[in-house]
Amino acid sequence: MPVLTEERVSGGIGAPPRRTPPSGGGGGGESDSSFPVSAKQIATWLLMTGIAMLFAGLTSAYVVLRGVPTWEKIPLPPQVWMNTLILAASSLTLELARRSVKVDKIAALRQWLGITAILGIAFLAGQIVLWRELTASGVLLTSTLHSSFFYVLSGIHAVHILGGLIALAMVSIKAWSGRISSISFEPLRLCSTYWHFMGGVWLYLILLLVFA
Amino acid sequence: MQVQHATEHAHPQLGFWRKYVFSTDHKIIGIQYMITAMAMAVVGGLLSMLMRLQLAWPSQAWPALGKIFPVAFAGNVMEPSFYVSLVTMHGTIMVFFLFTAVLTGGFGNFLIPLQIGARDMAFPFLNALSYWVFLLSCIVIIAALFVAGGAPLGGWTAYAPLSAVGDASGPGEGAGMTLWITALGLFTVSGLMGGLNYVTTILTMRTKGLSMMRLPLTQWSLLITAVLGLLAFPVLLAAAILLTFDRVGGTSFFIPSGIIMNNRLLGNSGGHPLLWQHLFWFFGHPEVYIVILPAMGMASDILSTFCRKPIFSYKMMVYSMVSIAGLSFIVWGHHMFVSGMSPFLGSVFTMTTLVIAVPSAVKTFNWLGTIWGARIRFTTASLFAIGFISVFVSGGLSGIFLGSSAADIYLQDTYFVVAHFHLVMAIAPLFAAFAGIYYWFPKMFGRFMNEMLGKLHFWGSLIGVYAVFFPMHILGITGHMRRIYDPLFYDFLKPDKNINIFVSVSAFCLATVQVVFLLNFIISIFAGKRVKENNPWQATTLEWETPCPTGHGNFGDELPVVHRWAFDYSVPGAKHDFVPQTVPPGAEKV
Repeated sequence: MPVLTEERVSGGIGAPPRRTPPSGGGGGGESDSSFPVSAKQIATWLLMTGIAMLFAGLTSAYVVLRGVPTWEKIPLPPQVWMNTLILAASSLTLELARRSVKVDKIAALRQWLGITAILGIAFLAGQIVLWRELTASGVLLTSTLHSSFFYVLSGIHAVHILGGLIALAMVSIKAWSGRISSISFEPLRLCSTYWHFMGGVWLYLILLLVFA
Repeated sequence: MQVQHATEHAHPQLGFWRKYVFSTDHKIIGIQYMITAMAMAVVGGLLSMLMRLQLAWPSQAWPALGKIFPVAFAGNVMEPSFYVSLVTMHGTIMVFFLFTAVLTGGFGNFLIPLQIGARDMAFPFLNALSYWVFLLSCIVIIAALFVAGGAPLGGWTAYAPLSAVGDASGPGEGAGMTLWITALGLFTVSGLMGGLNYVTTILTMRTKGLSMMRLPLTQWSLLITAVLGLLAFPVLLAAAILLTFDRVGGTSFFIPSGIIMNNRLLGNSGGHPLLWQHLFWFFGHPEVYIVILPAMGMASDILSTFCRKPIFSYKMMVYSMVSIAGLSFIVWGHHMFVSGMSPFLGSVFTMTTLVIAVPSAVKTFNWLGTIWGARIRFTTASLFAIGFISVFVSGGLSGIFLGSSAADIYLQDTYFVVAHFHLVMAIAPLFAAFAGIYYWFPKMFGRFMNEMLGKLHFWGSLIGVYAVFFPMHILGITGHMRRIYDPLFYDFLKPDKNINIFVSVSAFCLATVQVVFLLNFIISIFAGKRVKENNPWQATTLEWETPCPTGHGNFGDELPVVHRWAFDYSVPGAKHDFVPQTVPPGAEKV
């Protein structure tokens, strides 16, 4: 019986690419040296994808439960907007840090990184103040479904900001030890990508909790 | 620079602990995953044996078991709550800690760098961390068996509100359930670390010449599986976080108003138990494919090797796996047809479920096309790969009945469902895993597994699984509910007694055959026939360019360069009936 192969049966459907290798060997395929994105950058994107799915899952729960008859929204204190401003400012200063390193202004880089870290810590402290304000006014984790969501969503977000602060600390150590320059600043770039992303997540959560 | 020299990868001689225990070498981590998963399989399997004992001979006194488990077998008869905890723990251990762990954690770690021509994963430390978090999750889930109140009772799906109200709903739902959630949380974190590593490694560390469309199908399946995991596991984590807050924080995400448990009115308000089901199954159905896709990829590569033929329609194999992955996110509602879902929505989920059968059928057709007319080398690995197709098709066909809401409303929560999912997402992946173990064992340990014992294992398993699971379809059609403690309690199930006894006896035989496998595995590590060449199966993929067992750094002084796809078998005019991926065009004729 003749051997059945895909080429003979299906006229080549699914046949693999058989490129002529360029001189010097190799089959013209992608390799670690030719792949356009670094491993760490892909890992950062994947991490953010996972976090996005985590908040997407929580959002779907929010959307379902806001339809129940007992749903009752809690008013959020003005501190929430102050914290939002602080986080937005931290994104701005981190961007300034990134721009500084691109022109090798290392002193400015260190200064902006320090300010970003202070703003990040201020954001977390502001969140604690916000939670204390809410509990003092009688809005507890278990008061309503909306208050439950507020505490849970802002708490999970705060944990991720804490992770961002650890990353920021590691980048700062590199900056202070002279291991970051205009030709090598990937850790800073990835850290700022993550930080901006978490800032965006916070804006999204506020819009969800206030307006949805 | 692509070419890396051995000197760059020279490592000082490591001691036993650094080399085999706290290793960051992907091969060791892969083997660690496999052996841990096998240990978990033994526990999960033993639990199922106890279940079958109860189902065949309910209310029977077992004095020996009464001595071993004085609480669970009070008065030498199995306690109902213990039976339900067996159901929960068996399902949880097998789905997460065996199938997911052995296929993605075990084979993923072992094979990815080897088959793409890399020296290790992109992030070796993260990889090791992934294993240790996984091991911790195993310890935590096993601990659930030993805490006060016993293991959780809510099934592997942990449906709310029973799972959300703590021990108000009964023993096992207290500390046992808390450990269950903790274990799942740890498992999720471990899986995310692994998935992130797999995707990054496959995308960025392929050796020169290895384009995406030259990857072995195992690699495609692992890549797609990792992406599925990254999208699905965070949703389970979200659900687990909300469930934890319900249990320990007093929130009411999944607990409705006015609920009474064990004559106690709970003070919760406004939650929605069905929300848990939606979140769980949004993760749960992709999880089915997280288990089956690597099995499909491995079976495809192994089949092609032993059929000495290219895989039939490679591109369609890739596209169908991508389609299955995409569609797996829009079929979850078919698990909830009897939850009060609107008939219109039910028909939408029926449609999507039937559509996902199409790429699965494409794959089956291509496997048959690969086998057709082949001079098959009947090794244990190839037998298990062929057996994989058999059980996958058998289980898949009953899925079409269950995907139709009209049929499912009758069959839901019966043994028909148990038969279906065991064949398609338990036995099929297990067969592929066995095929993989017999096939890559020489690469792992430098020795062969015993073929005679392997064939005994295969035929015993094939006959055993059909003897166990085929009659379950009949039980299901008679209306036999799943998760019941005593079938003889119901008059209409009394005629099923002999079928239950047959299934249980078959299950004990099937388990005995697995002991043959375990003995073969352990003995072969130390005393199996030594492998004298790199490529004993005459395969084409890159891992067979390395010694058996593969050493640290995988490849010699230089990384391999790839010139062709992974399926050049029986190439007309070639000197041998296989052409490794590293052979340049034209050189195969020399």
